[in-house]
Amino acid sequence: MTAMKSLALAAGLCAATAAQAETLDIGMLLTLSGPPAALGQHIRNGFELALAEKGGKLGGFDVNLIVVDDELKPDVAVGKAKALVERDGADIVVGTVFSNVMMAVFKPVIEAGVVLVSPNAGPAPLAGKGCHPHYFNTAWQNDSNHEVLGQHATNQGYKRIILIAPNYQAGKDAMAGVKRYFNGEVVDEIFTQLGQLDFSAELARIAAAKPDAVYAFMPGGMGVNLVRQYDQAGVGLPFLSAFTVDETTLPATKDAALGLYGGTQWTRDLDNPINAAFVKGYEAAYGAAPSLYASQGYDTALILDAALTAAGGAEADALSAALKAVAIPTTRGDFRFGANNFPVQDYYLAQAVKEGDAYVMRKVATIFEDHADAYAAACKM
Amino acid sequence: MSLTLLAVQALNGLQLGLLLFLIAAGLTLVFGVMDFINLAHGAQYMTGAYLAVFFYGHTGHFGAALALALLAALALGLVLEALVWRRLYDRPHLDQVLATFGVILILTEGARALFGPSPLSLPRPEILSGAVPLMAGLNYPVWRLAIIAAGLAAALGLWLMVARTRLGMQVRAGADDAAMIGALGVDVARLFRAVFGLGAMLAGFAGVMAAPVLAVEPDMGDGVLILAFVVIVIGGVGSIRGAFIAALMVGLVDTLGRSLSTDVARLFLSPAAANDAGPAVASMLVYVLMAAVLFARPQGLFPARAG
Amino acid sequence: MRAAAVLLALAAAPPVLEGLDAGFWVVTLSRALIFAIAAMALQFVLGRGGLVCFGFAAFMGIGAYAVGVAYANGVEDALVAFPLAMLAAGGFAALTGLAALRTRGVHFIMITLAFGQMAYFAVTALSAYGGDDGMTLWTRSTLGGFGWIEGRWPLYYACLGAAAATWALLRALGASRFGRVIDGARQNPGRMAALGFDVRRAQLAAYALSGALGGLAGALLANHAEYVSPAYMSWHRSGELIVMVVLGGAASLGGAGFGALVVVALEEVLAGWTQHWRIAMGLIVLAVALFARDGLAGTLTGALARLRR
Repeated sequence: MTAMKSLALAAGLCAATAAQAETLDIGMLLTLSGPPAALGQHIRNGFELALAEKGGKLGGFDVNLIVVDDELKPDVAVGKAKALVERDGADIVVGTVFSNVMMAVFKPVIEAGVVLVSPNAGPAPLAGKGCHPHYFNTAWQNDSNHEVLGQHATNQGYKRIILIAPNYQAGKDAMAGVKRYFNGEVVDEIFTQLGQLDFSAELARIAAAKPDAVYAFMPGGMGVNLVRQYDQAGVGLPFLSAFTVDETTLPATKDAALGLYGGTQWTRDLDNPINAAFVKGYEAAYGAAPSLYASQGYDTALILDAALTAAGGAEADALSAALKAVAIPTTRGDFRFGANNFPVQDYYLAQAVKEGDAYVMRKVATIFEDHADAYAAACKM
Repeated sequence: MSLTLLAVQALNGLQLGLLLFLIAAGLTLVFGVMDFINLAHGAQYMTGAYLAVFFYGHTGHFGAALALALLAALALGLVLEALVWRRLYDRPHLDQVLATFGVILILTEGARALFGPSPLSLPRPEILSGAVPLMAGLNYPVWRLAIIAAGLAAALGLWLMVARTRLGMQVRAGADDAAMIGALGVDVARLFRAVFGLGAMLAGFAGVMAAPVLAVEPDMGDGVLILAFVVIVIGGVGSIRGAFIAALMVGLVDTLGRSLSTDVARLFLSPAAANDAGPAVASMLVYVLMAAVLFARPQGLFPARAG
Repeated sequence: MRAAAVLLALAAAPPVLEGLDAGFWVVTLSRALIFAIAAMALQFVLGRGGLVCFGFAAFMGIGAYAVGVAYANGVEDALVAFPLAMLAAGGFAALTGLAALRTRGVHFIMITLAFGQMAYFAVTALSAYGGDDGMTLWTRSTLGGFGWIEGRWPLYYACLGAAAATWALLRALGASRFGRVIDGARQNPGRMAALGFDVRRAQLAAYALSGALGGLAGALLANHAEYVSPAYMSWHRSGELIVMVVLGGAASLGGAGFGALVVVALEEVLAGWTQHWRIAMGLIVLAVALFARDGLAGTLTGALARLRR
């Protein structure tokens, strides 16, 4: 080889290494253990699927995904969030699954000047008074999926309904969400113990009251039990729910859940090319039907990809501005954030059905279009 | 609340109580005879449920799954006894607490690693999957009646064993004074092994019976463990009769408390405050009951040990 | 002598860790020290007093909530919040101790568990203070308006100071006449009563003091996490505290503190290796229970003693 050619080769190699992508550290803080671990698992799977499809890059950066389990323990989560931003140098934090953990890790992440994107938990304070320019939610505000069922009950003309939820903040928020859009009489509000497994007493109460419908918010293993016992008891009333009947619990409840309703912002049969590819890709990669949580993980990756490309980096103010301006197609259709950094989107009524050997949720009706959450007005950003 | 609803709630309480009895019976025997605090008893209940799910997956038949699960639970119990428990009989309670706590961690996380964190289900056997109408709009699953029947049968069987058989006599004597019966020539090691195996099988059996009704997940033994301890403390450590009565009491108080507490609270407080206070009080009722019993009879209702 | 060496090592830890580019371990060590305070307080009633309290987490939780509730009502000064925390927790211990100390053995365990659960359910129902979601503390406790523990190192040294003070206090009490009464009450309450000692009163005093120190640990925990939640009071936490004490060595104060340090550090390290770290933790706990009869500290000092011979 002549000297000229060697020099050109060397220059070319230098240029190639200089053009190599920088690495971005993304901390992912999810609940990956305990009874509700399936939710965290689905979110993680969805995100990693999108990341793999993009060759491990988001916005042109090589992504180093640091996945951490918060164990649904808020004070443990605080320590892990601090570790992510202070020790591991996370440029972005994606998390969390549960609202109580969300409230705990908000301060350490935001005060470290890192953008916090929630793929699930959307507590009211962070959508309203406590909103922050660096905080985004790509799923929903907690009340929204419950509001769907309240509206549906009104649409159906139900006069009397009973509400049942666990006795913690999310349960109380759930009932508030339903009542906001239901114009009939709430005959009874039944609060159960967190982690309660036997609902025979509550089911007897519901049957005795003879309402037009039942609304339940019972996440995780509690929901599995409630649905199966509801079916065994033969109560037979319309069963409206949110976060109770979906692809994370259907494998356990199986036939018992058929015909039960859920409120959601995503179903597998939403008709757009991204969703069709997502469902296929998820089932091929993980051998199970994706849930709304999986779609949220997937969409978060898509949204971050678009924003990082526009901002050119993860610097908090630039990335936040880019996120605010995001308007891209996702698995649930066209996505955009509202003024309080929470999504403004359509919400649907879904129903559990059996297709072949699989149990999935199918869309039944559109309940809200371009629906903003009830706390946006209180957010002064 | 109508009388029918009250009767239905009482039936629910009875069923919960009998399920608790199945778990507490093994625990009280182990504690009474061997003076051994077994925190892992809840994990053995969980193991029974998972074994049933596993064997059902391979045989497709509930009866076979139940039988195999019971045998496997017994085997696992005996292995644990030989490897771990045997070294701890003479050790102070605190060491037993530490060791069994370690076993809980291993079994629970092991179940999670093998079967995943999502709740699993076990279908009921065909002949017992119907329901009987109890009141308008409410059917009572036949399976829950089966739990009641199983609990009563187990109670009868245990009573017969303890009162009428040689093993039962050794168990009663052992609960009173294990050292003495050793001195009298009873093979205490074999007795301990038998008691422990029986306890493991009862806990596993409870797990299999509960699986079709409740979700099978790695942490399912946790809440049940605490309630079981409450039952044996109320009933008196080492007493099967005490465990039976106490389990029924706890089951009824818990169920009736949960259904009535918010209504009672509404009589005194605003609806919002009652919604807060009612469930909180309902959760505490079982502990209040235990405290009340211990206040009146510090040794429990039917203490097996003299003094 | 050994205690002074340990204190010196712990005091030197932050700059050393910073030098090793492991500065984040200071945060973990602060948490370990907080649990060491609780473990030592628990050892006083459990190891010395022979009273196995299964509701100790409630004292920590009450202390944490005292700080939280004060904060929610505009009171941030540590000079108010910390004594309040200790008073509230100690008061709860004294009240529940009145009932609990009438029982013994497994009944005492269950009664203390019951009271712990009642505190947990009561706090979960308090929706005014976030209920199950908990409450964020936007600033740590101040001292005369000055944010004295806002930084990583200041909080660490505050925790170290509190731990040292707790150790010194419990050591002195343990060596005093009061300590001997507690010992005697554990070994043979009948004989102590026959000798004319008011066993019940001594045990109640020890129990209340232990609770108050648990409240101090809770107040520090609230500041460390900048967050309070009912989860601090769950019976699982009470169980973990017992494990810390027994793992380290229930017979000695230092052992309990050491146990807390080991458990917190182990959780941190193991969780970094595998998702199923609890299996490893369980095996370690089991091994210590079976083969290290005096706990880790006891076994280590025994080994050291044999080496010296």
